[in-house]
Amino acid sequence: MHLLLFLAFGAVCVGGSINLLVQKHPINSALSLIAVMAALAGEYLLLGAEFVAAVQVIVYAGAIMVLFVFVIMLLNAGVEEGTKGSRVAVLLGIPGMLTGVLLAVWVMVRHSGTESVPIGALPGHPKDIARLLFHDFLLPFEVTSVLILIAIMGAVVLASKPESTGRKVN
Amino acid sequence: MVNSYVPLSYYLLLSGFLFACGAVGFLIKRNIITIFMSIELMLNGVNLSFVAFAAHWHALAGQIFVFFVMVVAAAEAAVGLAIIISIYRTRETLDVDQVNLLKL
Repeated sequence: MHLLLFLAFGAVCVGGSINLLVQKHPINSALSLIAVMAALAGEYLLLGAEFVAAVQVIVYAGAIMVLFVFVIMLLNAGVEEGTKGSRVAVLLGIPGMLTGVLLAVWVMVRHSGTESVPIGALPGHPKDIARLLFHDFLLPFEVTSVLILIAIMGAVVLASKPESTGRKVN
Repeated sequence: MVNSYVPLSYYLLLSGFLFACGAVGFLIKRNIITIFMSIELMLNGVNLSFVAFAAHWHALAGQIFVFFVMVVAAAEAAVGLAIIISIYRTRETLDVDQVNLLKL
């Protein structure tokens, strides 16, 4: 049952990420990325990480992707033009990709996993997460809050019009 | 609790595939917003392997790291999209092939 659910969510992930690469219009890519993130939230639920799954849906598929879609519509982004292509990329990329795939297959065959992830074995309650987050990882938590504050101010400064930053022209 | 298992290697395979798709998109896409979305896809692939290893080793700290990655990704998305808006305002294009100068 869990394997079936894993395969279903994984198929959505794989299809969405391939669709992101194939689509020419950024809004289609953004929507398929939202599908990938929602399916990943399902995978997190299968792994017993309820809190991470909720945050994934709220923050990633909700907040961040809404920001992306807003920017795409604000800038009225159209269909992208194809690149001219480069010979070096073809000459180096295809052998490199083949090497990587062969390496991955070799590792998978060599270390074919007998160990499995027991579903629901991890105490992933928000209470345990909160104890870790506010006790053991308190300093990184505070530092990331400062980082978020700086990012908000930076985004406002960068995205505001040059006239509205207080500079007087003569 | 439940006696049906999914091997850890399946999760790692999916995570690696998502990361590879993100890397390929970063390299072949020419729209700057799509390149940015490819970075988010790579971060998601890494997050999946974090959660899978956290479940495998019974270490909850892996989920905390996912939380931090999400926070940093949110900050990065805000600043990056602001930079994209300001690039579009000065150059009137989103094509990275035409954005090849640091200064106009």
